[in-house]
Amino acid sequence: MSESFIDESMIEMYLFEMLQGIEQLETAVLSSEKSSEFSLDAINEIFRIMHTIKGASAMMSFTSIASCAHYIEDLFYFLREQKPLRIECSILSDLVFEGVDFIKVELQKVKNGDEIDGEASSLIKKIEEYLARLKQQNAATDDTDPSFVQQSYVADETKAQNMSACENYSYKATIYFQEGCEMENVRAYAIIHKLKEIADEIYFSPEDIIEDDDTVMIIREHGFQLYCKTEKDYEEMQIFFNQTVFLRELELIQLEDDQPITHSIGDQVPAIENIVTAVEAVKKVATNTVTNQSIISVSVNKLDQLMDLMGEMVISEAMVTQNPDLKGLALDNFQKAARQLHKITSELQDTVMSIRMVPLSTTFHKMHRVVRDMSKKLEKDVELQLIGETTEVDKNIIEHISDPLMHLIRNAIDHGIESATERISLGKKAISTITLEAKNAGSDVVVLVRDDGKGLNKEKILSKARENNLLFKPEDEMSDKEIYSLIFLPGFSTKENISEFSGRGVGMDVVTKNIESVGGSVSVDSVAGVGSTVTLKIPLTLAIIDGMNIKVGHSCYTIPTIAIKESFRPKPDETFTDLDQQDMIMVRGQCYPIIRLHERFCVNTDVKDFCQGILVMVEQDGKIVCLFADQLLGQHEVVVKPLPNYIRDIRKIVGIAGCTLLGDGSISLILDIGGLVGNNIT
Amino acid sequence: MAELMSSEFLLDTEEDTQKDKFLTFSVGNEAYGIEIKYVTEIIGIQPVTEVPELPNYIRGIINLRGKIIPVMDVRLRFKKEFLEYNDRTCVIVVDINDLSVGLIVDSVAEVMSIPETEIVEPPQVSKSSNKFIKGIGKVGNEVKLLLDCNKLLSEDEFNVINDLGQEK
Repeated sequence: MSESFIDESMIEMYLFEMLQGIEQLETAVLSSEKSSEFSLDAINEIFRIMHTIKGASAMMSFTSIASCAHYIEDLFYFLREQKPLRIECSILSDLVFEGVDFIKVELQKVKNGDEIDGEASSLIKKIEEYLARLKQQNAATDDTDPSFVQQSYVADETKAQNMSACENYSYKATIYFQEGCEMENVRAYAIIHKLKEIADEIYFSPEDIIEDDDTVMIIREHGFQLYCKTEKDYEEMQIFFNQTVFLRELELIQLEDDQPITHSIGDQVPAIENIVTAVEAVKKVATNTVTNQSIISVSVNKLDQLMDLMGEMVISEAMVTQNPDLKGLALDNFQKAARQLHKITSELQDTVMSIRMVPLSTTFHKMHRVVRDMSKKLEKDVELQLIGETTEVDKNIIEHISDPLMHLIRNAIDHGIESATERISLGKKAISTITLEAKNAGSDVVVLVRDDGKGLNKEKILSKARENNLLFKPEDEMSDKEIYSLIFLPGFSTKENISEFSGRGVGMDVVTKNIESVGGSVSVDSVAGVGSTVTLKIPLTLAIIDGMNIKVGHSCYTIPTIAIKESFRPKPDETFTDLDQQDMIMVRGQCYPIIRLHERFCVNTDVKDFCQGILVMVEQDGKIVCLFADQLLGQHEVVVKPLPNYIRDIRKIVGIAGCTLLGDGSISLILDIGGLVGNNIT
Repeated sequence: MAELMSSEFLLDTEEDTQKDKFLTFSVGNEAYGIEIKYVTEIIGIQPVTEVPELPNYIRGIINLRGKIIPVMDVRLRFKKEFLEYNDRTCVIVVDINDLSVGLIVDSVAEVMSIPETEIVEPPQVSKSSNKFIKGIGKVGNEVKLLLDCNKLLSEDEFNVINDLGQEK
C-alpha cells in the first residue's frame, strides 16, 4: 500500500484507538483471571477488541500486529462459538497477555516512527497449538456456509448527487490477491478506502468485507469485484489498481459511459434512489447516537491552547483592573464591574482547569498488570488495593507519574515483600498487600504506595551510602527519614541493590527525577517488619500558581506562595556571618542561611543591608532558607510560562523555574525554590 | 491546467519577493545586512528583564504581545563596547529554525536587494573575526556585511568553556 494515504493524524487516531482497546482488553482478562473463569461477556469483549485491532492494523498495513490479533481472535471465536467447558484460565490469559505485549511493543515502534519489524510467528504457533488442543477436546465442530451477498456503497452522498453533472467513466475491476497474503477482506477494504478519494460511486462484492470474515474465502476464490464511476481515464485507473499490495491479477474493464452501473451489476443492486434513502436512514441512526453521546475526545493541543488563552486573559484582567491610570480615582461602579469580571474569570479558569483534569483510575488500573506479572515471576502472592482512584490531576501530570508508580510497585514487590514462607514464619498473612492511595491535600495530590513487607533496612542503607560516599552529614546526626531518603540519591541503587535481588536497572532516582520534573516531591517512611510507604506529592496543576512578587533592584521575581513560611525585617543583631562568609540569621532559636538574591542573580541594588530590605523564609523538602530582597510587591495569581527555548538551550539556569507576565506587561522571573535551596547546601 | 499555472506563478513571485532582499542596519560604524526571510518584525527598544547566568550579549527577555522572547545585543555579540540605548535603537525580531530572538541594533536602515552577483566571499584574514559574516554585498560604493543568522545564535563553545572555568 502506498504511504500516501497513511498520514500523521491517521496514525495518531490509530494509536489512540489501539491503546484504548488494549486497556479494556487487559481489564477484561485480569478480571476474568481473578474469578478464574472467562464469562461469555468477557470472551465477546476480547473477541470484539481483537477484531478491531486486526481491522485497524491491517488498514494501516501493520501486518505483524494484524496477524497476531487475527490468531487471538480466532481463538476467541472458537471459545465463543463452541463454549468449551474446560478452559485453563491462566494459560489463556498468559497467551493473551503475550499477544498484547507484542502488540504494545510494535505500537511503540509505530509511535516512534520506527520500522515495524517484530516477528509474531512463535507466538502465533503457540496460539495455534493451544487452539488445536482445545479443538481436540471439543471434537464436534460446525461450519456455517459462507453467504455470497452483494453490497452497494455510496462513498459520499453529495458526491453521488453531483455525479450526473460531471463526465464520468465507469469501470468494472476484478482483483485477485496472491495466495497466502491473509486477510483479503481487509486489503479489499483498503482499496475501497483509497478509491473513495478518486471515485464518486463504488459498488463492490462480496459485501460486509470488514464485518464478515467469511468473505475472505470468497475473495480468495472469486476475486474481489468492484464497480466504480470516476473522472480518471483507463490508464490512470490501471496504475491505481496496480499499486495494490499482494496483487496477483487484475481485470479492468471500462464500461460504456451512459450505461448505468446498476445495470451491469444486475438486479441484486438496488437503484440509486434506494441507496440514498438507505443512507438517510443511516444518517438518522447516526444523529440518534450523537444526541446520546455526552463525551467527546478533544486533542490535548487544543486544551493547551485554551489554557494559554486563559492565562492571557488572567493577565489582561490584571492589566485592566490594576491599570496605573486608575490610581487614586474613586470608581465605585468600575470596582463593582471589575469584581464581577474577576469572579467570572476565576470561575472560567477553574472550569478550563477541570477540563484538563483526568482521574487517576486508568493509571492505577494499569498497575494491576504490573503486580500480576511481578507476582507470577517472583512467586509472591500480592494483592493490589486501590484507594481514591477517582482523584483527579492534570493530564500533563498523569503522563509523568505512570512510570514512577510502576517502578515503585516493582521495587516494593521485588525488595519489600518477603516470600510466602517467610511471611508465614513471621506470623503475617501469606498474601501480601500493596496499597495505592491517592488523595487531595490542598493544592497538591498525594499518592501513597504502601506495602506490608519487611521495610527498609537502615543499616544496609547506611553502609551502602558510606561505600558510595553519599553521606553529607555525620551518621549519628541523621534522622530516620533522612536515612531512608538516601535511597533516592542518584548512584545509590544503580550498582547493587539493598535486598541482593537484582533490580531492573531502574533506580529510585529516576522516580525522583520524574516527579520533580512536574514540581512534585518524593519521600519515604518505613517501619522495620511492618512495611514501607513512599509518598509522592504532586501539584494539581502546573500552569497557574499563586505567587508573591518581590523586587530586587530593578528586577522583579515571583516566589510560589506555597513555599513561603514567613517574611520579616530582621533586627541588626539577629544576623551574623559564619567562617565561609555565609550570612545566617537566628529566628526563635533556630539558625537559617540567607541567600542574597542580588548577589545570586548579579543585580544592582542600593539595598544591601538586611535591615533595609526584607527576608522571606522559604521551605522546600524540609529545607529552609531565607531569601533577601529589597521589598515585597504583593501577592498575585501568575501564569507560569517557560523561558524561551533559545535561553534553555544555552544553559539551564538553576534557581529559575520560568517566567510570568505581570499586570503592567513587564516580566517577572519565577524562582525555583528547590533549586535555590539545594544549590545553597552543596 | 490554466489554474494550476497561475498558482505556480503566484508561488514563484512570492518567493521572488524575498529573494536577494536584505534588511540593512548599522552597529557602530559598519552596515550589516540580514536576509529578509528571517525577519518577523522590527520594534523599538522595550524594557528588558535581565536573566541571570547568561552570556553578557544576551540582555534578557522581553514581552512581545504576550510572547516572551530573548533579546541579544548585537554590539556585545561582536565584542564591541556597550552603548546606552536611545530612541534610534531597534529590536529586529528574527525567527530562525523556529527560535524567535530579538536582535538589538543601533539603528535600522532599509530593505534593499543585493543580487547574488554583487555578493563576494568574505576575505580570509583571520579565522575568528569574520565567523558571523556569510558574505559581503556591494551596493554602489558602500559595503554591507551579510550576517549568517545560524552562527549568530549558535553558542560558540570557546566562550562556554571560558565562562564555566570562571564560575569554578
